[in-house]
Amino acid sequence: MGKLDGKVALISGGARGQGEAEARLFAREGCAVVLGDVLDDDGRMVAESIIDAGGQAGFVHLDVTSEANWSDAVHQAVSQFGGLNILINNAGILQPGGLIERSSLDDYRRIIEVNQIGVWLGIRAAIPPMKESGGGAIINTSSTAGLEGYTGAGAYVSSKFAVRGLTKVAALELARYNIRVNSVHPGPIDTPMLSGETRPRNEQGDINLAAPIARFGRADEVAKMMLFIAADATYSTGSEFVIDGGLTSAYYVSS
Amino acid sequence: MGKLDGMVALISGAARGQGEAEARLFAREGAAVALGDVLEDEGRRVAESIIDTGGQALFHKLDVSDQSNWAEMVERTVEEFGRLDILINNAGIVRMKMIEDSSLQEYLEVIRINQVGVWLGMRAALKPMKELGGGCIINTSSIAGLAGYAGISSYVASKFAVRGMTKSAAIEFAQYNIRVNSVHPGPIDTPMIRDPQIARREPGEVSYGGPIPRVGEADEVAKMMLFIAADATYSTGSEFVIDGGLTAGSNIASRMDQ
Repeated sequence: MGKLDGKVALISGGARGQGEAEARLFAREGCAVVLGDVLDDDGRMVAESIIDAGGQAGFVHLDVTSEANWSDAVHQAVSQFGGLNILINNAGILQPGGLIERSSLDDYRRIIEVNQIGVWLGIRAAIPPMKESGGGAIINTSSTAGLEGYTGAGAYVSSKFAVRGLTKVAALELARYNIRVNSVHPGPIDTPMLSGETRPRNEQGDINLAAPIARFGRADEVAKMMLFIAADATYSTGSEFVIDGGLTSAYYVSS
Repeated sequence: MGKLDGMVALISGAARGQGEAEARLFAREGAAVALGDVLEDEGRRVAESIIDTGGQALFHKLDVSDQSNWAEMVERTVEEFGRLDILINNAGIVRMKMIEDSSLQEYLEVIRINQVGVWLGMRAALKPMKELGGGCIINTSSIAGLAGYAGISSYVASKFAVRGMTKSAAIEFAQYNIRVNSVHPGPIDTPMIRDPQIARREPGEVSYGGPIPRVGEADEVAKMMLFIAADATYSTGSEFVIDGGLTAGSNIASRMDQ
């Protein structure tokens, strides 16, 4: 018996990284999952492998900045699986080296569109089917960059603070429909987004994580938090769930 | 198969309310639970009823403001169950008094139990957890550790302190593989909010103004504790809020409608 038997979840950015781990875990817990992503081949492969393992899954092309794409995605969840109970706004992008002084308006807007407006569109699209289902859970992936500033990531930090704030407003507005809305704030998680030049390094070029738990988090650890929020956090809405190895609580004053 | 099979949890204030719900859930998930409380009869009864349903439990008298009580409690736990994996600092009291009308003694009574009690608990648990090679400490703060509430200044001060010391401990204990997190419940239906000095009505009749228009259940808090103990393996120093949205903000749109 799964924790999400009979439920339907839509996960944006479900083709890889945290979204993929969430889709796989939710499917193992009995949930029918619709994966939305711009990476069509990767996303289809994940959906197929979930089905091969005995789960229920579908893929839909979802550019989260497109209102029409969102409408299609929600429609697919309802037509294929009969409703929508859970939305995970997971899709996001990170640009490296975007110091305010050097970055362009186009770069800034691009990040805001995907990370911030994409979440706003997702929430709006999910409301009608969740109202019809008598309630639901929306989980927005913010970041530790929604809790504190990071140099060179002005657009990303802006977008993630906005998601944190938007989550609370949605929690207040949607409670009347029995829809809970919470944000999750991952620190450094070992996913494709944190590869190449965006991977944290020290001066010697090694990975440098000044966090009490001195390792990267894993996508499946984030997925377990999502599962808890979706299945068991029935009295939490507008809350911020931080999974960062202690990064944001740590300012070392002695060693 | 339980999520906590083979683990040992010590829970302060476990004779009733949230502590009791946590003890029962943890025992159902396979943990051996050591219940500490100043309410000896009630605490013993909870431990016995856990044992009657096939769980492992013990009760030991624990005044959390007393350092030697903590030493005995931890010693007894390790003696009977062999180890200590999880500590839930749950015991707490609330006293309703405006700052203007409150005595130093009344203030210190709350600080001693809610704040010094947590500090003592973490110190007492450190040694067996280090020996074990890791562990998990969960400190029960409150939404009164996130925002101010009039009439309970000692409670608010103690709960902000718990929130802060949780983060210090998270940083200091990470080298021992011990995670330390805080939980921040809003109004939960327990004996604490049924106390006549706090509320004259049934919890269900009071409107707290949160988006989820009901009080929470102790069982919902217990599930959060279980998640943190069993699955939140990359969270330390985090604040887990379970308040029905009370601290999310204000419904100003409805005020403008009026």
